[in-house]
Amino acid sequence: MKSWNKNFKSNCITYGIVIAAFLAVSALESTGNLSSLLKGLLVPLCVYVILAVSLNLVVGISGELSLGHAGFMCVGAFASAFFSKAALGAIPNDGLRFFLAILIGAAFAAVFGVLIGIPVLRLRGDYLAIVTLAFGEIIKNVINTFYIGMDSKGFHFSMKDQFSMGMEPTGTMLLSGPQGITGIPKNSTFFIGILLVLVTLFIVLNLIDSRDGRAIKAIRDNRIAAESVGINITKYKLMAFTVSAALAGVAGALYSHNLATLQASKFNFNTSILALVFVVLGGIGNIRGSVIAAVVLTALPELLRSLSDYRMLIYSIVLIAMMLFNWAPRALEWRERYLGRFFKKSVKEGK
Amino acid sequence: MSFLSYLINGLSLGSVYAIIALGYTMVYGIAKMLNFAHGDVIMVGGYAALTMMLATGTNPLIAVVVAIVVCTVLGVVIERIAYRPLREAASPLAVLITAIGVSYFLQNIVLLIFGSSPKNFQSVVLLPDLKLAGGALIITGEAIVTIISCIVIMIVLTAFINKTKAGQAMLAVSEDKGAARLMGINVDRTIALTFAIGSGLAALAGVLLCSAYPSLSPYTGSMPGIKAFVAAVFGGIGSIPGAMVGGILLGIIEILGKAYISSQLADAIVFAVLIVVLLVKPTGLFGKKIQEKV
Repeated sequence: MKSWNKNFKSNCITYGIVIAAFLAVSALESTGNLSSLLKGLLVPLCVYVILAVSLNLVVGISGELSLGHAGFMCVGAFASAFFSKAALGAIPNDGLRFFLAILIGAAFAAVFGVLIGIPVLRLRGDYLAIVTLAFGEIIKNVINTFYIGMDSKGFHFSMKDQFSMGMEPTGTMLLSGPQGITGIPKNSTFFIGILLVLVTLFIVLNLIDSRDGRAIKAIRDNRIAAESVGINITKYKLMAFTVSAALAGVAGALYSHNLATLQASKFNFNTSILALVFVVLGGIGNIRGSVIAAVVLTALPELLRSLSDYRMLIYSIVLIAMMLFNWAPRALEWRERYLGRFFKKSVKEGK
Repeated sequence: MSFLSYLINGLSLGSVYAIIALGYTMVYGIAKMLNFAHGDVIMVGGYAALTMMLATGTNPLIAVVVAIVVCTVLGVVIERIAYRPLREAASPLAVLITAIGVSYFLQNIVLLIFGSSPKNFQSVVLLPDLKLAGGALIITGEAIVTIISCIVIMIVLTAFINKTKAGQAMLAVSEDKGAARLMGINVDRTIALTFAIGSGLAALAGVLLCSAYPSLSPYTGSMPGIKAFVAAVFGGIGSIPGAMVGGILLGIIEILGKAYISSQLADAIVFAVLIVVLLVKPTGLFGKKIQEKV
């Protein structure tokens, strides 16, 4: 009971941080103190927070390294944007259509999560990592070859080009290969983003503290012991993987409705890696850490924009330095000795 | 005849992948880390050779040697500064993320020095193209040199690991670091040597890759880096013959896929083959099966 209380308190702090951030930003916005640069950053911040939290479920809680998380985001982004564009006339209400689009994005990503999870979760360690990477790249490459159009007769599909579909000249292209989807309704707002962040946190934090979550963590800590007490390994691993994929799909839906054009090439290996950087820097398995790391690391390159050419160089140096400072055993020792009061907790967690 | 020429192209590209994958697999075998900056070392090697050839107008062979030296030093320095402090870190992910940081660092520093526009790379191969069957089958000089260097590297590396003391030390360290240290092996130096060899090979691969596909930008290395990583896993990561076979197969599959199926889907095909192989053999073609102890 005591530990439940502790978890509950910690979770409330996490929600509180998000809500406080929202209120602070809203206050700044209403008084006109928010620069346009920062305004443009608000929805992407929510996207990356959701992405990082969802990836932490796989990497931190389930203990599997996934290098293809952008693939699920890609599926969610395209499924939801496709729906929004196809239903633009049929459902005139923006709110309802966007709500359905998010659900569809999440559902499609979850289906892919199951499909990919079943073969992938048979593998271990770095082999599992490379297969997730491979799936991420495959999803991106395959979407790049899809051409889908719509006219009065219904949908037309081709994998070659838009002229071989035999579409009526009055029809509209929904998805045109490497050009992707254009003219997506811009429905994403900071408010919706924050709501989705809270929903994501609610799902993930409750999953972690539930019976299922404990089973997932037990498998991470010792697979054989977990199996011997009757935990169904495949079921729980697949559960973590699928929930994570669905939430990445939500992030994708939010992302796609913030842009005018959506291209599959955006969801490359680097995006997956970016999410992984958030997770590791924020603390593996630490959800609040992921939120903070995602915000700081997404905002950092933008805030460094005045340094123009040097900003990514500085970003990389900061990244290396932070990793060394947070993980190197000698640095941890040094921290304990000189800054012990501030860092005691993180040093203990290091093991 | 066109099939044969595709096959040779594939063999040549595969040889480049194999040389890169050797570096990957050696580093993985000994340091148990995925060195994501390896692809960018390739790119640095390309720029080093290009600068030598353009600025000083030296012989291409000297440029290659300079590129290898530059990358060898770079590899050792990266290992010393960024990877060694994290070797005993609590999570293996820490060093992975640091490697990604190093990769960004290399890309951006090259971007600052040389700019983002692709540079035209001058081939280092002086050999003329080989025309067979009355000109119907052309084998480029680059392909010949690449395939031959790949074979030579394979033989020399195998001999080095099996016959020399330093090579045996590498094997020992990759088996068990603690036991190797007790046997009087300098583990730090052995790991540094592995990085030196891997990076030197990467430089050579970079020069050969840029000679065959003469365009060089700060991001040139990342895709071949990932492909070589795939090749290393394909063959069983940590296994030297595995990296070789994996690299060559990957190159052939990629070129044939491009030629006969779809150029856009070639990468997807490569990755799909990898997935199928891993599902049938979960530790790659030549990978050791690790028995889990209770």
